[in-house]
Amino acid sequence: MNINRRQALTLSAGAALFAVTGMSAGSARADAAAVDKAMMEITGGATPEEGKLTLNAPEIAENGNTVPIGVSVDSAMEGDDMVESITIFAEGNPEPSVITFNFTPMSGEATASTRMRLAKTQNVVALAKMKDGKTYMAKSEVKVTIGGCGG
Amino acid sequence: MAKVKPRVKVPKTASAGEVITIKTLISHKMESGQRKDSDGNAIPRQIINKFTAEFNGQPVFSADIHPAVSANPYLEFTAKVSESGKFTFTWVDDDGSVYTDEQEIAVS
Repeated sequence: MNINRRQALTLSAGAALFAVTGMSAGSARADAAAVDKAMMEITGGATPEEGKLTLNAPEIAENGNTVPIGVSVDSAMEGDDMVESITIFAEGNPEPSVITFNFTPMSGEATASTRMRLAKTQNVVALAKMKDGKTYMAKSEVKVTIGGCGG
Repeated sequence: MAKVKPRVKVPKTASAGEVITIKTLISHKMESGQRKDSDGNAIPRQIINKFTAEFNGQPVFSADIHPAVSANPYLEFTAKVSESGKFTFTWVDDDGSVYTDEQEIAVS
């Protein structure tokens, strides 16, 4: 005997029940705490001062895949008034670190820019380390319309 | 993957002691390791993880790069030039490949 329409429907409903997929485990997101921890490794526990460091980030990024970002520190880049490095962190990305710029006296100025990925709307933090051990930080919120980390 | 091609913009001439701006771009997919393919398997990370710029053998600038830097990583930075010479730019890939580019500058 051929399978009639009603039987066919019952069969396919049963198959659908078995086709329940497991929830994919969401990848762990970095958060403010992870950024604080990464910053501690640079500052050695000292609280970074505000000011002196400028973070240029857009208020709204339409595409989280390429967000232009720039940092600069007002410094003579000579003697003790010298920026060793500037690191950029993203609080809402899977990994807090974004990039570290390392400067030398031959850099002339402590200025650099790049393009970064942002998974969602979040705070971007920049931390500058001076040769004399002082650290400066700057923070800016970037609103992201389309996230840029795949997954 | 597509051929990795560095592109660098350095002024041809400068006056001694001038701080010049250098722009670099390299074509690279910067696979973050976070994405999954159509079968749900994680695509392994492959990024440029280090960039260095030298002038006549002296370090000028370098960057430690993490997966959050966009594909075709763009870097803009400055250099103080006091004599004519040659800039050497180096990018290091996760797979061990090293890409380089050189640019001359005449300083008067």
